[in-house]
Amino acid sequence: MATATKTDYAIEAKSISVYYGSYRAVKDVTLNVPRNKITALIGPSGCGKTTVLKAFNRMNDFVGARVEGEILYRGQNVYGSSVDPVEVRRRIGMVFQKPNPFPKSIYDNVAYGPRLLGVKNKSMLDDIVERSLKGSALWDEVRNDLKKSGLALSGGQQQRLCIARTIAVEPDIILMDEPCSALDPISTQRIEELMRELENSYTIIIVTHNMQQASRASDYTAFFNIRKNETEVGKENRWGELVEYGDTQEMFNSPKSQETADYISGRFG
Amino acid sequence: MSAQTNRLPNEQEFQRGLRSRQARGTLWSRLFFAANFFGLFMLIILVLHILNQSFGLVIIRNNVEPATLSETPLEDLNREQLARILVSNLGNASRAILRDSLSIVPVEQFTTVPLDEALGDAVLPPGARSQTIGQVDNEILISILAANFSQDDLYAFVVDRIVQPRVERSWRLLDSIFSRSEIEAVAATEEFANDRLEFRAWLNLDFITSSASSSATTTGLRTALLGSFWIIGITILVAFPLGVAAAIYLEEYATDNWVNRLIEINLRNLAAVPSIIYGMLGLAVFVRILVYLTSGRFTGLNDTNGRTVLSAAFTLALLILPVIIVNAREAIRAVPPSIREASFGLGATRWQTVSRQVLPAAVPGILTGVILAMSRAVGETAPLIVVGASTFLGTDPNGPFSKFTVVPIQIFQWTSEAQPEFKLAAAAAIIVLLVLMLTLNATAIIIRNRFSRRLF
Repeated sequence: MATATKTDYAIEAKSISVYYGSYRAVKDVTLNVPRNKITALIGPSGCGKTTVLKAFNRMNDFVGARVEGEILYRGQNVYGSSVDPVEVRRRIGMVFQKPNPFPKSIYDNVAYGPRLLGVKNKSMLDDIVERSLKGSALWDEVRNDLKKSGLALSGGQQQRLCIARTIAVEPDIILMDEPCSALDPISTQRIEELMRELENSYTIIIVTHNMQQASRASDYTAFFNIRKNETEVGKENRWGELVEYGDTQEMFNSPKSQETADYISGRFG
Repeated sequence: MSAQTNRLPNEQEFQRGLRSRQARGTLWSRLFFAANFFGLFMLIILVLHILNQSFGLVIIRNNVEPATLSETPLEDLNREQLARILVSNLGNASRAILRDSLSIVPVEQFTTVPLDEALGDAVLPPGARSQTIGQVDNEILISILAANFSQDDLYAFVVDRIVQPRVERSWRLLDSIFSRSEIEAVAATEEFANDRLEFRAWLNLDFITSSASSSATTTGLRTALLGSFWIIGITILVAFPLGVAAAIYLEEYATDNWVNRLIEINLRNLAAVPSIIYGMLGLAVFVRILVYLTSGRFTGLNDTNGRTVLSAAFTLALLILPVIIVNAREAIRAVPPSIREASFGLGATRWQTVSRQVLPAAVPGILTGVILAMSRAVGETAPLIVVGASTFLGTDPNGPFSKFTVVPIQIFQWTSEAQPEFKLAAAAAIIVLLVLMLTLNATAIIIRNRFSRRLF
């Protein structure tokens, strides 16, 4: 980490705070996400890890979140006034907690992104669909059923379809918001294997509740925790903060902070 | 259950309590069923009542017996023979047929201009072209009638204008079946000696295809049906795009500010405004203020006023707009947020998300609202009376600038006629209206289902 030069970071978050209205959900997070690595965001419920994740590609805009500080992507603040959030989301893709294929065929699901960008050529779309489905390790299972509805697939297959849909527009970064929380262990394992394959071409940031998953499947881990203003009670007086960030193996073997040690050993959360 | 205790019931108490708990549940479920049964029962009564009126025995008296007009039955005569009967029995009144059915000039000019001007492109013998209607002799009149009308038309003229069958007495369907002998006894009396007793279906093809007339036996629903079709068509054309556009704006684009809140509150209230208020609005705005538009004067028409199909359609469009908007908004809101998120997450713009994901998924719900709105518009009467539906209309509407009447108004008028037979015609018209509504609804439901199958 210390030796990495600035250009090695896919995203640099500089002391960001995220507000919902007047409520500050996350305070002062500074986080440099390295390129072509898997970075896991972990922490107890309500610590703001998903809020931070969604701030990276401005998916928070729809719920009225306001971000202070800078999130640099290719040296540019994604919340800059000249930046179009549509472009941000096209470069920083997202896979959601619950598999959410469109109520369309498998083919149309994957071709949706390229079509948004204006690709109409049939053979080019065919290529993209095949490449993306191969990239998400789904091709062999669905190659003969491309016309079938995406909703007819199993949960794990649906989530891999959503990954295929995301990589079809060739983003730089893929954000994953607890992508395995709705899946069985075998499907989870397949997604984790897939993440390792995708790591070569994409930067992956994953939010997870599952400590084993973070330790198995990530290179770097950021641990978030809840801070409270003890003098007052209620949601308004709770916020999330980044406690510790570093190499995954190091953090799980010898955490620097006692809070981290308590959390990863399962003493709370 | 036993009196209040501070412990859970023992086995015996539990068994007893369970029976009474289940019994109470059964009682409620019976009540719920009874509510449904009551509704169904009333519906059956309504349908039976209408059917009872729409069919039945009648005693018919002809003004002139067909046998005295011709030895062969009238329907077997050719056009020339029928035209001859018309001219010889009606005399000058037969010229009125040309005036009523073929004339293209105003009534007061009809007798003063030459025939080729008065009758436009009708087939005329060469000698008659420059003559006025008063100058042609009977033979030429017969040839004009025979050349310009079909055998069916001429036969209808003979029946309507010479034979003039009249219903003297009528009975309802149940009486006709169960009191047949009493009815036959009445028909056999001296009073009806020359008349015939026959079974009449007031709802028949002629009833649907003829225009309104002053006699209950020959009156028909065609003009009102066409009026309903024209008005509903234009109403949907106006209200559907407007309503869906407004719903999309409110759901997808509107931010939470006081203007949009005001629009929302108004929409909710508009849906509850009595329909006659919309009639007043339509009268003031479409019939009066926008008369230049709604009368069609801008297209060069000059003998019309604002009481047209267009004014009626605009008024009904306003009336159903809130229904369409409210339902379309519900449908758009029901689209799972995860679909929107997925689309935005792939870098779709708002319009791409709305047009490619939200609207297709909302179509079935939007169409359901349109069906509801359409059913309401078909049956609406009060606002159209205010806007100026014609009380008696002999000519079919042929465009947005025609005068109009609609089926429910026709029913309303027939029920208030003095002649009791018109009430039977009204019952027949109610059946037509119900079938019309069911057909419209069924069509819309089929379209809706096709859409939802394609998507999921």
